[in-house]
Amino acid sequence: MLVAVGSLALMGATLGTVLGVASRYLAVKSDPLEADLQALLPGSQCGQCGYVGCAPAAAALAKGEAPVTLCIPGGRAVAERLARRLGLEADLSGHEDAEPQYAVIDEKLCIGCLRCFQECTTDAIVGAAKQIHTVIADNCHGCAKCFQTCPTQAVSMHKIQINLADWHWQKPKLRSGLKTRRRH
Amino acid sequence: MQDLALLMVGAVLVNNVVLERFLGLCSFMGVTTKVDTAVGMGMATTFVITVSAMGDWSLQTFLLAPYDLGYLRTVTFILVIAGAVQFTEMVIRKVSPPLFRTLGIYLPLITTNCAVLGVALLLVEGHYGFIQSTLFAFASALGYSLVMVVFAGLRERVALADVPPLFAGPPIGFITASLLALAFMGFSGISAN
Repeated sequence: MLVAVGSLALMGATLGTVLGVASRYLAVKSDPLEADLQALLPGSQCGQCGYVGCAPAAAALAKGEAPVTLCIPGGRAVAERLARRLGLEADLSGHEDAEPQYAVIDEKLCIGCLRCFQECTTDAIVGAAKQIHTVIADNCHGCAKCFQTCPTQAVSMHKIQINLADWHWQKPKLRSGLKTRRRH
Repeated sequence: MQDLALLMVGAVLVNNVVLERFLGLCSFMGVTTKVDTAVGMGMATTFVITVSAMGDWSLQTFLLAPYDLGYLRTVTFILVIAGAVQFTEMVIRKVSPPLFRTLGIYLPLITTNCAVLGVALLLVEGHYGFIQSTLFAFASALGYSLVMVVFAGLRERVALADVPPLFAGPPIGFITASLLALAFMGFSGISAN
């Protein structure tokens, strides 16, 4: 009994010590910044940024190899948060072009083939075989994979209406003919 | 010397852990979609099996057998295996991050790979000496790696072939595995005499 308890305890302690020492010597330096940035990204691995998934994108961001505006589904809100975390001044002037979008399925054209359903990385598409599919707009992050895969061109991409999360002040535009504004 | 050579050939081909004893089938089906991954997994498992067999043999001979602690065998063996796997995981993460990512969950799962515990228990049954048992474990692991690489090569070819939709994916994988097992049965003729 004593031998059994003692030997197992001794084995555990020895293995623990060996592994502890090994982990000290074989430690891999991981950038805490990477984990933070990855938490800010949507995590849907859509690949629109050109990286395989959100983890490689976060690694590239941490190294400064990618612009903070890389995440298209995240849009302006994510870009601003990434910039804040990185302590950068985000240049969002050119960001209007890549506005976040969402997919809509035209029910007249949908044949219920399930191809878009299988492509969707966020499970935003509801449907079954030979049934008309539809998109849950809140879950859609606009990766356009369904848009590309639809055999009947039933999917169309629409711009997301501005809501509280991504609303921002419009820059004052100088209209021609209106130089000054009257103030009371 | 001849005995050792026979023991090794027997462990690699005749009594192959995967295809004759049907141990370690989880990783056999799981990480054989690419040859590179299969080679990595084979090397990692070879290391774990050999190191844990050496540790397990020492424990069995100097602790479990003299003090009549046979009932602790599984626990102690698993403890040694888990330690070896943890260590391997650290080394791979340090040496080759891409391999660490591709192996994914299968790397910590070497702990529960029945081939590892199976080889250790076979050693106890066989009453081998230290050198014999180390060689036997190493040869068994080599057999495992060999089958992994061969099967990964086959699956790479099958992935390009025109498989009927009914059999596409895992079903054709299982059929390929069974044909491979049949082919390995041919080696059992070696040990007849």
